[in-house]
Amino acid sequence: MSVERIKAQGPDAVGGQSAPPPSIELPAIELKAISKSFGPVKANQNVDLKVLPGTIHGIIGENGAGKSTLMSILYGFYEADSGEILINGQTKKIHSSRDAISFGIGMVHQHFMLVETFTVLENVMLGAEGAPLLNKSSQTAREELLKLSKEYSLAVDPDAMTGDLPVGLQQRVEILKALYRGAEILILDEPTGVLTPQETDQLFKILDILRSRGVSIILITHKLQEIMAITDRVSVMRAGTMVSERETSATSKNELAELMVGRKVLLEVDKTDANPGEILLDAKNLSYREDGITKLDDVSLTLRAGEIVGIAGVSGNGQTELLAALSGICPLQTGSIDIGSVQITPHALKNPKEFRELSVGHVPEDRHRMGMVTAFNAQETAIMGFHEDPAYNGKILMDNKAVQEHCTRLMQDYDVRPEDPKLKSANFSGGNQQKLVLAREMDRRPEVLLVGQPTRGVDIGAIEFIHKNLIAMRDAGSAILVVSVELEEIMSLSDRILVMFEGRIVGEVAGKDADARQLGLLMGNAGTQSKSSEQQNNNNTTHSEEISA
Amino acid sequence: MSSPSKALPAWIDVGVIPLINILLAFFVSGIVILIIGEDPIEAVKIIIYGAFGNDYNIGYTLHYTTNFIFTGLAVAVAFHASLFNIGGEGQAYIGGLGVGLLCLALDQYVPFWIILPLAIATSGLFGAAWAYIPAYLQAYRGSHIVITTIMFNFIAFSLMNYILVNVLIEPGQMSPESRDFLASAQMPTMQEAVGWFGIEIQKSPLNLSILLALFSCLFVWLFIWHTRWGYAIRMFGFNENAANYSGINTRRLVVGTMCLSGVLAGFVGINEIMGNHNRVMLDFVAGAGFTGIAVALMGRNHPVGIIIASLLFGTLYQGGAELSFEIPTIQGEMVKAIQGLVILFCGALAYMARPTIERLFTAIVVNNGARKEQTNG
Repeated sequence: MSVERIKAQGPDAVGGQSAPPPSIELPAIELKAISKSFGPVKANQNVDLKVLPGTIHGIIGENGAGKSTLMSILYGFYEADSGEILINGQTKKIHSSRDAISFGIGMVHQHFMLVETFTVLENVMLGAEGAPLLNKSSQTAREELLKLSKEYSLAVDPDAMTGDLPVGLQQRVEILKALYRGAEILILDEPTGVLTPQETDQLFKILDILRSRGVSIILITHKLQEIMAITDRVSVMRAGTMVSERETSATSKNELAELMVGRKVLLEVDKTDANPGEILLDAKNLSYREDGITKLDDVSLTLRAGEIVGIAGVSGNGQTELLAALSGICPLQTGSIDIGSVQITPHALKNPKEFRELSVGHVPEDRHRMGMVTAFNAQETAIMGFHEDPAYNGKILMDNKAVQEHCTRLMQDYDVRPEDPKLKSANFSGGNQQKLVLAREMDRRPEVLLVGQPTRGVDIGAIEFIHKNLIAMRDAGSAILVVSVELEEIMSLSDRILVMFEGRIVGEVAGKDADARQLGLLMGNAGTQSKSSEQQNNNNTTHSEEISA
Repeated sequence: MSSPSKALPAWIDVGVIPLINILLAFFVSGIVILIIGEDPIEAVKIIIYGAFGNDYNIGYTLHYTTNFIFTGLAVAVAFHASLFNIGGEGQAYIGGLGVGLLCLALDQYVPFWIILPLAIATSGLFGAAWAYIPAYLQAYRGSHIVITTIMFNFIAFSLMNYILVNVLIEPGQMSPESRDFLASAQMPTMQEAVGWFGIEIQKSPLNLSILLALFSCLFVWLFIWHTRWGYAIRMFGFNENAANYSGINTRRLVVGTMCLSGVLAGFVGINEIMGNHNRVMLDFVAGAGFTGIAVALMGRNHPVGIIIASLLFGTLYQGGAELSFEIPTIQGEMVKAIQGLVILFCGALAYMARPTIERLFTAIVVNNGARKEQTNG
C-alpha cells in the first residue's frame, strides 16, 4: 500500500517526464555484442545497449547480473573480450577511464571518489588541473565551476570542505566533477543507496535538468520505483545477458521484476495485522559515547512478542550502535535493558554469548564485517556464536560431522544454494550468504531477533523469501527489530516504525499509517518545521533545533 | 563487480607456485654466485651434499629442522589469531633457560624419565611466561605486540647474560657457561636411539626432540582446525568483529594464543639444551626464532607446510655452512643472502608469479575444453 503511494508521488515530485526523442537520432552510446568472461564466469554475453541522447536510460538487474561489469567496460576499467563500443556513431576503443573521460563519459560511483579534506573546488580540479601551478588554473576552474552550477542549477559552495557536506551535496560534487571534465554521457551507479527520500527527489530533479540540457544518463539501480519514476527507457539484465528493453511508460514494476528474476515475484509483503503480546525486551535510556561523540542519546524502546518494530533512518544515525547495544557487543554505558526477568545495566553487563543464551538472536547489518567470516567454509560460518555448544563438540575435539549435518539442514530449510557446507562462505552469492546468516540466527527460535539490513545486497527472489520468513517468525511469537536503510522495506515489514536521527528516536509511527514523505522528513529531522512534529516530544524538538542551528 | 582473480586448483596453489618461487630464488642466487666468479652448479652440488651427503650431514640438517619446526609452529599459531609474534627468539632462549635450571637442579637426584616430562613442561612454561607479558600488554593495554615482542628478545638476551655471568657460570673458567648436565638430564641422541635397534649411525646433534617436534605438529593441526578453541582463534584472526559478535572473550584469546605460541618456541630449549649442548650457554637459539617467521610464512601456517619449509631451511643452514667452508669466496653472508632470496621470493613476492600461472592454466584448460568439444562434435 505504502509502496503504491511512492509510485504515485514519484512523477509529481520529479516533474513531468519528457517524451523520449524519436529514434532516428544517432545513439549517444551503442554497445554491440559485448562479451566479457572472468575465467569460467561469463559476466557479459553478447550484450547490446543503445542509449539515445538526452534520455535517461535505466539498467536494472539482480546482483551479479552483469550491470557493473558492463559499465566498467564502458568506463574503461575492463576491456571487453569481444564486441564494439560506438559513441555518437563512431567506433571507439576504451582502454582506460582516461579514454572514457576524453570521449565525454563521466561516472558517479556508488561510493564517492572524493577527498574529504579537500574543498569542493579542489576535488573538482583533482586530476584535471591543467597546469603545474595551481594559482591560475584554480581561478579558471572556479569560473568554470560557477558557470556549470548555474547552467545545471547545481548550487554548491566551491570553498566548502567536502567532508562537511551532506551526502546529497557530495553526490552533487561528483556530478559537477564529471561535467567539469566535459561529460555528455553520465553513468550513475546505484546513486540513491545513501540518500534520504528528499535527497533522492533532489537528485531526480537534477537528472531531469541534465536531461533537458541534452546530457544522456545511464542509471544503474535495483530499485524498481526509481526506474519507473525517472527513466525514459529501461534495459533489464539477467545472468550476464540483456533480456529485454522497454519504454518505461509501457511497462510496470511487476513486469520488470519478473523479467529480472525470470519468474513471477510477489513484491508486496503479505501479512496480517500484528497481535502484540508481552514485552520481551525493554530498553531504557540507552546512551553511548565513543571518542567523545554521542552515538546513542537516551534511547528507550520496547519489543513485544509477535510484532516487528522497524527502525528507519539514514545510515549512520545510531542504528548500528543500537543493534550493538541490544546484542551485547557494545557494553552499556548508561541505561538498562530488561530481557525477560534479567536486567542488564552498566554494572551488570552481559557479553554477546550471554545475550544469545537469553534468547536474543542478531543478524548484523554488515554480514561481511561481522555476521560471517568470508574465509570460513559455510559450516563454520553456520555455527558462529554457538561454537561452544555441546551439540558440536566432543570432550576435546569438535564434532565436524555434527556441524556439517547442522549446516546441511539449515541450507535445506532456508534454501541456501549451492547446498555445500564445505564451500567457502565468500563464494556464495550475497543473497545466499544472508540466508545462511539468517538461518543460523532464526533456527534457534530466539524470543527476540535483531535484524540489521535484512536484504542488503540481496536479489529480489531472496528478498521475498527473507521477508516471508521474518513474518512467519513474528507470527510464531518472536519480537523482531528490523533496521534498514530501505524505507520501502521498513514500511512493508513493520508493525511499528521508530525513526532515528543523530542517535535519538525522533518519532514513532504505526506501520499501517506510515507515509514515506512523513518518515523522510523525520529522518532528515525536518520534523521541527513540518506538521508531523506532533510525534516528537518537546524535549526532543528543542534538542534538534540546537543541533540544526 | 566480479573480481578478476580466480581460484586455481589447490595443487597449483600450494604445490606448483611455491616450487616455482623457490626455483626463481635459486636462479637469482645462481646469478649472484656467477657474478662473484664461482660456479652455481657446483655450489648447488655442495649444498645438497652438505645437507644430505651422509648420515652425519643429515643429522645436522634434521637438527636444525627440529628447531625451525618449533619456532615455525610458534609463529603460525600466533598468526592464526593475526598476532605477529616476533619474539620466538627470546621465548626459545628463556625456554632453554628454564630447561637448564631444571636439569641443573635435578640431574643429581632423579632419573631421566622423571626429568624429561618436567623439562618439557618447564621449557613450555618459561616460553609461555615470556610471551605472556607482551600478550597482556597488547590485550589489556593496547601496546603493539610486534614492538613488545621485539623488545622482549633484547631483554631475554640481557637476562641470560646476567644469569650466566653472575649465577650459573662454572667457577674457574672464562666462558659464561654452566656445568655440563649429568647423563640423567641428557636427551638421547638419534645415534643412541637407533643404536637400541642395532642400527649404527654417526653421532650428530640430532636427538629425540624431533619426535616432540612432529608431535607438536600433530597437536597444532588438531588444535587449530579441530577444536572450539582453534575455531575461536581462527575467527578472531580472520575477523575481529565477527569474534566480538560471537561473544568470544578476545582479550583472553590473545593472551592464551600467545602463551601457546611461547610454549612451542620454548621447546627449542629441549632440542638445544637437553638434546645438543647439555649445558646452559649463550646464543644457543642462533636465530631460529627469526627463521621461524620465514618458515611459517612459507609453510602457509600449516603444520605440513611448516615441516616442508623447516626442512628447506634446515638444508640451507647445513648445506650453506658446508658451502662457505668448501668455497671460501662464498662467505657466510652470501649464504644468508641466498636464504634471504628464498624468503623474498616465497614470502614477499609469493603472488608475483600467480597471474602468469593463472593465465597459463586457463589457457591450457580452455584449449583442452575446446579440443574435447571438437572431438565430441
